[in-house]
Amino acid sequence: MPEGGIGASVKRKEDFRFLTGRGSYTDDEVRAGQLYAHMLRSPHGHAELGSVDTSKAEAAPGVVCVLTGPDADADGIGGLPCGWGITSKDGTPMVEPKWPVIGQGKVRYVGEIVAAVIAESAEQAADAAELVEIDYRPLDAAAVTETAHTGGAQIHDEAPDNICFDWDFPGPEAAEAVDAAFAAAAHTARLELVNQRIIPHSMEPRAALAEYDKGEEKLTLHCTAQAAHAMRLLLGAFVLNQPEHKFRVVAPDVGGGFGSKVAPYAEYAIICWASRKLERPVRWLGDRAECFVTDAHGRDHVTEVELALDADGKFTGLRVNTVANMGAYLSAFAPLIPTFLYATLFAGQYTTPAICCNVKAVFTNTSPVDALRGAGRPEATYLLERVIDEAAQATGIDPVEIRKRNFIAADAFPYQTPVALLYDSGAYERALDIALEKADWNGFAARRSASEAEGRLRGIGIAAPIEATGAAPSAIAGQLGARAGLYESAQVRFNATGTVTVFAGTHNHGQGHETTFAQLVTDKLGVPLENVEVVEGDTDRAVMGMGTYGSRSLSVGGSAIDRAMDKIIDKGKKIAAHLLEASVDDIEFDSGTFTVSGTDRTISIGEVAFAAYVPHNYPLEELEPGLDEQAFFDPVNFNFPFASYVCEVEVDPETGSVSVERFTAVDDVGNIVNPMIVEGQVHGGLAHGIGQALMEGAVFDENGQPLTGSLMDYTLPRADTVPSFDLGHTVTPCPMNPLGAKGVGEIGAIGAPPAVVNAVVDALRSHGVNHIDMPVTSESVWQAIQSATAS
Amino acid sequence: MYDFNYRKASSVEDAVGAVAGAEDGRFLAGGMTIIPTIKQRLAKPSDLVDLAGVDGLTGISVSGGAVDIGGMCRHAEVNASGEVAAAIPALARLAGGIGDPQVRNRGTIGGSIANNDPAADYPAAVVGLGATVRTNRREIAGDDFFTGMFETALEPGELVTGVSFPVPSKAAYMKFPNPASRYAIVGVFVAATSGGPRVAVTGAGPCVFRVAAMEQALAGNFAPESVADIKIGDDDLNSDIHASAEYRAHLVTVMAKRAVAQANG
Repeated sequence: MPEGGIGASVKRKEDFRFLTGRGSYTDDEVRAGQLYAHMLRSPHGHAELGSVDTSKAEAAPGVVCVLTGPDADADGIGGLPCGWGITSKDGTPMVEPKWPVIGQGKVRYVGEIVAAVIAESAEQAADAAELVEIDYRPLDAAAVTETAHTGGAQIHDEAPDNICFDWDFPGPEAAEAVDAAFAAAAHTARLELVNQRIIPHSMEPRAALAEYDKGEEKLTLHCTAQAAHAMRLLLGAFVLNQPEHKFRVVAPDVGGGFGSKVAPYAEYAIICWASRKLERPVRWLGDRAECFVTDAHGRDHVTEVELALDADGKFTGLRVNTVANMGAYLSAFAPLIPTFLYATLFAGQYTTPAICCNVKAVFTNTSPVDALRGAGRPEATYLLERVIDEAAQATGIDPVEIRKRNFIAADAFPYQTPVALLYDSGAYERALDIALEKADWNGFAARRSASEAEGRLRGIGIAAPIEATGAAPSAIAGQLGARAGLYESAQVRFNATGTVTVFAGTHNHGQGHETTFAQLVTDKLGVPLENVEVVEGDTDRAVMGMGTYGSRSLSVGGSAIDRAMDKIIDKGKKIAAHLLEASVDDIEFDSGTFTVSGTDRTISIGEVAFAAYVPHNYPLEELEPGLDEQAFFDPVNFNFPFASYVCEVEVDPETGSVSVERFTAVDDVGNIVNPMIVEGQVHGGLAHGIGQALMEGAVFDENGQPLTGSLMDYTLPRADTVPSFDLGHTVTPCPMNPLGAKGVGEIGAIGAPPAVVNAVVDALRSHGVNHIDMPVTSESVWQAIQSATAS
Repeated sequence: MYDFNYRKASSVEDAVGAVAGAEDGRFLAGGMTIIPTIKQRLAKPSDLVDLAGVDGLTGISVSGGAVDIGGMCRHAEVNASGEVAAAIPALARLAGGIGDPQVRNRGTIGGSIANNDPAADYPAAVVGLGATVRTNRREIAGDDFFTGMFETALEPGELVTGVSFPVPSKAAYMKFPNPASRYAIVGVFVAATSGGPRVAVTGAGPCVFRVAAMEQALAGNFAPESVADIKIGDDDLNSDIHASAEYRAHLVTVMAKRAVAQANG
C-alpha cells in the first residue's frame, strides 16, 4: 500500500504552486483583444434613478460601450435568480422582487451597479465612468434591521413594510406545545441579542473574464466561483439565456470563498453579455472597496430567545423570534439561511422537546446577504448556547452540568429532533468531558485569582455546537424549497499507464481537495499519491456538480469519488478475471492488486488499466475497453458534526479590552482523511468565530451608507489577536455515507462566538453584566461595566 | 489611479522648485497616505516630487542633549537606532509601534508630521517632548507646528528637513490602538523635560493636544496616581464607530496613568 492514504497528514499537493507563485487565478488569464469593464455604482443607499446620460463617457478615449439598465432589457438580460423559495405562515410565497443586473428606476443599496463602462484599458474605463451623468433623487432609507418592517421607507413596491416573508416553524402545534412548556416552567431564561452582519474577506477579490466565440456560439466564463456548474445553470438559464451546452464556466484557482463566491453576481452577467454583444473578451476585477459592498454579507439577525426549564433544569421549551435582514435584494440562497439552515438547528445537542420560532425576513437598503461560513447555523448556535448560560444563572446550575443534563444520550441515536432533522449519530458528553480536561476546567479558579491579582478579570465559557453539513438529500431539499438538486458527481479515470485523473463537481478554494481526494484514491485503489490528479471547477471537464459550500465536499463529493472507485474495482475485477483466467466471483481486490482467491495469482490495477486501454487480450465481446467510471452521490440525510469548545478570556476592566487567553476545541467530524488539513480548517473556523465575537461588524448609517468600507475600519482577526489553539477530536463516523465523513469547514465559526461571549460574560458577571452583543469591543465592555455599575 | 508626473528631486531647492513649478505638485516622502489616496481616486496631484534622493534629509544624531532625526528617516530606522534607544527609549518604541513592518520601512517622520493625521503617533512625541521642527526656511516649535486636523504651520513650498527632540529625564508613550487600523484611538506621550512635565495626547481629538491639568499634577509628583483621577472633557473629542468621545476621554486618563508608570520604570 503506498503511503498517504486515509489518516495521513500528508503535505498539500497544491501548495507548491501556491507558495511559489505559480497558482493560476482568474485575473492571471489574459486574452488577445480583451476589454475591461468598470462598474459605476450607486453612492446612495436609496434613491430614484433619473436619467443616466452616458454620451460623454461613450466619447471618452478607449471606450467601446457603456451599458445601462434599459440596455439590459433591450437585450433580453434577466434579473439575478434566487435559488430557494420560502412560504410565509399565511401560505403566500415570499416576495421576490426582480434584481436587475444594472439598476433601473431606483437604486436600493450603496454599490448597486448603475452603468457598466467597457473600454480598452481598466484606467480608461474608470476615467470614463466619471463622465456618466446620473440624476439621483435621494430617498429616505430603511437600513436598520429591527425597524425596517415597522413603517418608514418602502424599498420594493411589492413588499409592504419591507417584509420578504413571515415564517413560522415548525408550525402552530409546535407553538402550542411551547406555550404549554412555558406555562408549566419552573424556570425561564430570556435574552435579546444581535447576531451582527459580517463581511466576507477573501485574499483574492472577485474577478471574471468572459469570452464569446461567435463561430461556436459558445460563451466561456472564467470566474472566482465555488460552484462552476451552479454558476452556469443560474447565469445561463435565468439571466443570459445561454444554453448549457454552449456555456462553459471555469473556476480556476480561487483564493478563498467562505460562501461569498457561490452566488451568480451581476458583474459576471454583465461581462458575459458584453462579450457576446461585442464579440471580444471582457474582464472585470473587483477592488477591495467594491468587495466590501458587493460580496454577499452574512448573518444580520435581531433575536429574542426564551428557554423554559423544569425544576431539574431540563429544557422543556424554546421560543425564538427573529428579524433577519436580507439586504436590498434576494441573493441566491439568502432565504434559506435564516430558515431551514437556522431553525432546524435549534435543538442543538439537547433534548428540548418543544421548539418554535418566527422569522421575519426584511429588505433593507444594505448590501444583500447570503451564505457566509456557517450560514444560519452560527446564528442558531449562538442564541442557544447563550440562553443556556443565562438559564444556568437562572437555575443556579453550573453551565457544564446544565448541558450534561440535557444532552441527547449517546445511545439515543438516530434521534428525531422536534425541528425536522434526524440526527444520525453523536456522543456529546464524551466530547465535552475531553474538552474540559484539556482546558483544565478545574484549574480555572486559580487562574482567575492570578489574573485578579494583576487587576484583570478572567472568564471561562463553553459552547457545544452542532451543525448540519453535507447538503443535501435532494428530495428533502426540494420539499423545503430548493430549486436545484444537491447531489455531487465524480469521474475517476485511469489513464493507460496507470495514473489516475479524478474529475469532481466540487471546488477547491483553500480546502485542500487536491490532496484529500487524492488520498481517497491512494487508499482505495493503491495508486501512489503523486500519480493522482484532481480536476475541479470546469464545466467542460467535470461531468456535473453542485460545488463547494456548507462543508459538503468530502461527505458528498468524496462519497461520489468513492462510488466511482467501486465501479472501477467492479470493472477491474472482470478484466482481471479474464487476464488471470479465473471466474470474476473469485477475484479479490486489495491495495491495488487483484488476486484469484486462495491463490498467489495476482495482477496489479496498473496492468489492468493498461489492458483496458490496449485491449489486445481483453473480453471485448462482454466488456467495453477503458477504465473510466462516473458516479453521482445524493445523500439520504445531512450529517451532523459536533464539538465542545472552552474559551478563556481576560478583560482589562479599565479599558474594556478582551484578550482570548486559551481556546480548547474538541471536534467530532467523523472519519478524518487528512488530520493536518482538518486542523487547519478548525483553526480557520475558530479564528473566523473569534473575529465575529470580538471584532467584526458591518456598520451602516441610517441612510444605508457603509461606515466599515475598508480594513482601516473593519477589524479582522490577526495572528496577534487569536491564541494558539488546543485541539482534540473524537471520531463518531457518520453512518450515512461510505466514508463515514462529516463536514469540518464551518464548525469553528459556528461554535466559537458563543464560547467567547460566554467567557466574556462570565468575566463580567461580578460587575453585574449578563449580556453584551457582538462584536464585544473594548468600548462595549467598558460601557457595560459603566452602566451595570451605575444601576 | 490618475496619471501624474513623477519627479525625483536631487536637492531641497530642486524639490521645492519642482513643486512650485507644477500645476498641483506634492512632495512625496514615504507615500503612506498620498499613494493610497491617489489609488482610490481621492486625490489628483499633477506632480509628485520624490524626496528619497535628496541629500541631507536622512540620518540620526545625538548631541547637545537632543536627538536629531532627518525628515526622511523611516520609522524602522528610528525604531532600530541604538542611539535613539539610549537617549529617548520611548521615542524608539513609539516608532516601532507605527503601522506594520511595510509602513515602518516606507513611512518617514517628516511625512508623518507634515500630514498630521489626528491619529498618528509622532505628533504626540513632537509635542510631548517639546521638539523643534526644522524646515527649509525656519525652525518651528513643536507646540506651534500642529494647527488642526491635517493642518500644520507649514507654508506652501515649505519642507520638513528634520526634527530635534530634547532628551527628557524620562518619558513613555502609551497607545490604545484602533483594532482595525492600529492607529491610535488614544495615544498619550508623557515626559519629564527640563521645562517641566509634558502630557501630549493624539488620536482623541482633531489634533494633538496637551493636558495642562495633568502636567501641573505631575510637576508636583511625577507618579501615576497624580493623573489617575484627572478627567478631561469630551466636548471636543472625536467620536466614531470605534470609540465615543466619552470613551476616548476615559482612555486619555488610563493611558496617561500607564504612561507615567512606564516612564518611571
